[in-house]
Amino acid sequence: MCLAVPGKIVTITVEPFFGLRMGKVDFGGIRKEVCLDYTPDARVGDYVMVHVGFALSVVDEVEAHQVFDALRELDLLEELNDRESKEIRR
Amino acid sequence: MKFLDEYRDYAPVQKMAEEIRRVATRPWNLMEVCGGQTYTIVKTGLQELLPEQITLIHGPGCPVCVTPIGMIDRAVATAMLPEVILCSFGDMLRVPGSTQSLFDAKARGADVRIVYSPLDALQLARSNPGREIVFFAVGFETTAPANAMAVWQAARERLTNFSMLVSHVLVPPAMEAVLASPESRVQAFLAAGHACMVTGYEDYLAISKQYRVPIVVTGFEPLDLLQGVLMIVSQLEEGRAEVENQYTRAVRRDGNHAAQQRVAEVFEVTGRAWRGIGDIPLSGLRLRKEFADFDAEVRFRLVLEQAEESNECIAGQVLQGLQRPYDCPAFGTRCTPDSPLGAPMVSSEGACAAYFHFGRRKENVESLVSLAAAR
Amino acid sequence: MLNLSCPLPRPVKDRILLAHGGGGRLTNQLIEDVFLPAFSNTSLNARHDGAMLSAGGTQLAMTTDTYVVHPLIFPGGTIGDLAVNGTVNDLAMCGAKAIALSAGFVLEEGLAMKTLQTVVDSMRDAALAACVPIVTGNTKVVDKGKGDGIFINTTGIGIVVAPNTLGPESVRPGDAVLVSGSLGAHGITILSVREGLEFEGPVTSDTACLWPAVNALFEADIPVHCLRDLTRGGLSSALNEIATVAGVRITIEEALVPVSDSVRGACELLGLDALYVANEGRFTVFVAEEDVERALAVLQTQGVSAGAVRVGTVYQRSSGIVTVRSRIGGNRVLDMLSGEQLPRIC
Repeated sequence: MCLAVPGKIVTITVEPFFGLRMGKVDFGGIRKEVCLDYTPDARVGDYVMVHVGFALSVVDEVEAHQVFDALRELDLLEELNDRESKEIRR
Repeated sequence: MKFLDEYRDYAPVQKMAEEIRRVATRPWNLMEVCGGQTYTIVKTGLQELLPEQITLIHGPGCPVCVTPIGMIDRAVATAMLPEVILCSFGDMLRVPGSTQSLFDAKARGADVRIVYSPLDALQLARSNPGREIVFFAVGFETTAPANAMAVWQAARERLTNFSMLVSHVLVPPAMEAVLASPESRVQAFLAAGHACMVTGYEDYLAISKQYRVPIVVTGFEPLDLLQGVLMIVSQLEEGRAEVENQYTRAVRRDGNHAAQQRVAEVFEVTGRAWRGIGDIPLSGLRLRKEFADFDAEVRFRLVLEQAEESNECIAGQVLQGLQRPYDCPAFGTRCTPDSPLGAPMVSSEGACAAYFHFGRRKENVESLVSLAAAR
Repeated sequence: MLNLSCPLPRPVKDRILLAHGGGGRLTNQLIEDVFLPAFSNTSLNARHDGAMLSAGGTQLAMTTDTYVVHPLIFPGGTIGDLAVNGTVNDLAMCGAKAIALSAGFVLEEGLAMKTLQTVVDSMRDAALAACVPIVTGNTKVVDKGKGDGIFINTTGIGIVVAPNTLGPESVRPGDAVLVSGSLGAHGITILSVREGLEFEGPVTSDTACLWPAVNALFEADIPVHCLRDLTRGGLSSALNEIATVAGVRITIEEALVPVSDSVRGACELLGLDALYVANEGRFTVFVAEEDVERALAVLQTQGVSAGAVRVGTVYQRSSGIVTVRSRIGGNRVLDMLSGEQLPRIC
């Protein structure tokens, strides 16, 4: 369930009647009208996760790196282990 | 595309898979709850990258699959009313009811339209004052905020020609139902990342504690799924049973307050029947009395015959991960996407459809195994 | 009312469903159960896109197609462009240079004259660009409500220029699979203007005449084994049809399949797979491994195939199958769809 896709907010408008916070979100060049009422803190330039025309979460750009940091740590560990085993063999 | 492509790259994915192979020393059975996760796993051939001892069991996280057959019948009957324009997400149109699907109804003259968002259905109501617009509101917690907003907005605008057929379901009760089954082999869950964007993951603490299962909130891209698996396997190997969040770029512990609030204003929790599984108490949502004007079941008061399910379909077993699609005697022969007997064959990410479509038929498993070996 | 193809119908045997027109399983069934038995003859039974005929020693090809697309006018083209290019391209896929087209129109009462003029003007332009005259035609009008504005049938005759037989029968294990450019533009463009799914973006239909690209291959003496345009059902349908008839495994490398950013964005947003999306100006070419470099160089000199790349390879197997090796190195079967893909929320 739940196809949600990250897109970049390019404009934010307030809909003429009844004030639903709407915006244009860009997905690789495609732009779609999206309701931003559930992400009141989202600003132009932020990335949001969009599901059926609604932004449900602002992408945390710092956290987005965590998996790559974890992988880098694995690389470092490997390096350490390699060095250790070389030392032991000497 | 940013925040998508990076999680699909070959090198980091291989690295993560390598780490899983290093950490896993025993066989483990993990369930990924969400149909969208099943889709990624089968589409990218992710299982091939995992060590043999790790088994991914596909869960009931496909709202299309679990929508009760009686609700499909009701949607079809409503669509057949001449004044009605029935709007639906694309996934729902192919699901067979007792005798026909919404697409069959369309062939017989019903005005059935696909929309991307419930707001599109709202727009149809504004621009077609002489017609009755009915929106088929299905989904898990991810979709509830959107559907809630549509009703709330309709109430604000005092629209008189808009209503919803509600068939919402909730994830945690489904997970509990799976664990409570005596035949369950599930030892841990990859929880549905997008549903958790809305709800947060506090609810999982109790389940994790009661059943002593690790639960990791996981995203939908290959790297996310592998990291989720790694986190679970690490817990299992160390004898831990905690709730962790892999999908930190999108999910916060408390979830989305504004969305939760709107859902609570418009909907209330109720028992629901899950196609293939049965009744699960407090596992769904229905419109609150204050919004009865927008409830299509109330507006149209249709009396329908008792719904009938095919007795060949083992959907319940598949949805709970107790059997694989190709264990079903009808799989690929009497039950195919062209002529589905049950729901998991219909939805693009129902386990049976995913297996059929991406080739996990027993005879194709051979072909894929030799492809994998050839790498 | 929207014109949507029915993807997965129940087997309602007593009436025609939209899926019968989808180009997939049900269409093939309809052909086999209803049309072939009634009209059976050698040319027809060969079931190529175009029929091969002999007339006074000259090899001719003949093909026909009917266009029912909605909306009639869309970014990058009209139903008229599709009707001209589609038939010229079908002939090109048989290795034939189109020499004449006919055009039959079924018009709905109440159609705006301006719309008809726009469509006809685009047909004139497409025919000029393809250097093919529309030599004869016919018009009928049906009551309001009995048509979708305009239906167009075009029939084309061409002279076979290809030096050898083109088709799945000529495909061999070891062959390379090329595509002439990025996929999915036409199908996504049509979706972008559909009520309920609209979005903005730099998507336009890729409708185009493919003859210059095909002819360039012949003129360069490149031994072409098979050609197929990638219309309904996209690359997947074309490859599945070829694999089934040829009895081979075709494996595509997902990382090599060209898709523009905006088509990609639309596919992600709507949950679609670009391998199934229709194209109107793209084709696949099967050549022997040793001819790949030359074939790509030749294709890339022509505007319509400037983006030509290799996407896969043909392997030995006892029966036809198409597989995809994903970006992360896993494998899956690329199945034939029964009808059109639908946007999904899950």
